[in-house]
Amino acid sequence: MHAIAPHQNETTRRRTLGLLALLGLGGITGKALAAAPGWPEEAFRQKTQDEALKSLYGKAFEVSDKVTLDAPEIAENGAVVPVSVSSTLPNVTSISILVPENPFSLAASYKLAEGTAALIGCRLKMAKTSNVIAIVESGGKLFATSKEVKVTLGGCGG
Amino acid sequence: MASTIRVRAQSNGPQTDVQALIQHPMDSGFVKDSDGKLVPPHHIETVTFVYNGKTVLTADWGPAVSKDPYIKFSFNGGAKGDTLNVTWIDNLGQTDTIAAKIT
Repeated sequence: MHAIAPHQNETTRRRTLGLLALLGLGGITGKALAAAPGWPEEAFRQKTQDEALKSLYGKAFEVSDKVTLDAPEIAENGAVVPVSVSSTLPNVTSISILVPENPFSLAASYKLAEGTAALIGCRLKMAKTSNVIAIVESGGKLFATSKEVKVTLGGCGG
Repeated sequence: MASTIRVRAQSNGPQTDVQALIQHPMDSGFVKDSDGKLVPPHHIETVTFVYNGKTVLTADWGPAVSKDPYIKFSFNGGAKGDTLNVTWIDNLGQTDTIAAKIT
């Protein structure tokens, strides 16, 4: 009897752990489903720039000098990189910022109403030196510009 | 509890300049804590700015937006004393909202 009891305990313990693991997974999935309505989850999960853009817009962009991207040449701290995007194009409906060297390429995407100025400033994390790409949607077409930002200290925990 | 959102909305005549600062960890899911365990993702997904019943800006954010995020933009219209509603929701379903006065 003494020899069996610990064995049973071990089985029960494993079952309990397995059950807890399942519950844990269920919990995570449940949370993922509770994502904000309209949040383009698939686009934010893409690792490459092309896939993120394909998922977000589904069309190609052209490089334009009417899009301006303000970002530092060298960011000492990759955890806080001030970036601002502006454009002189008319009827800008959305602005997106991508950092292709980050684990997920798409950093932020803004939907602008009519009358909202095509000028957005925010602060991003950058894992390492990378191009920063600004995409502006105007009149249903995509226009882009990019700039390399050198990062001396990564912002993703190195 | 004090609001997690600080908004400064200033009317400059034809436009309103908005700056907002939100207190949020914006954990990316790639950073390890002091015990070497990954900190699970916890970041704001969407911020909406509503003026006069119209959403003037929707910000969709991934984990690459910095901790305690800051955002700056402008929109046409808005007069002193009007209200701008700012709401955020994160990937864990937490949310906060504030009604800011335009000055």
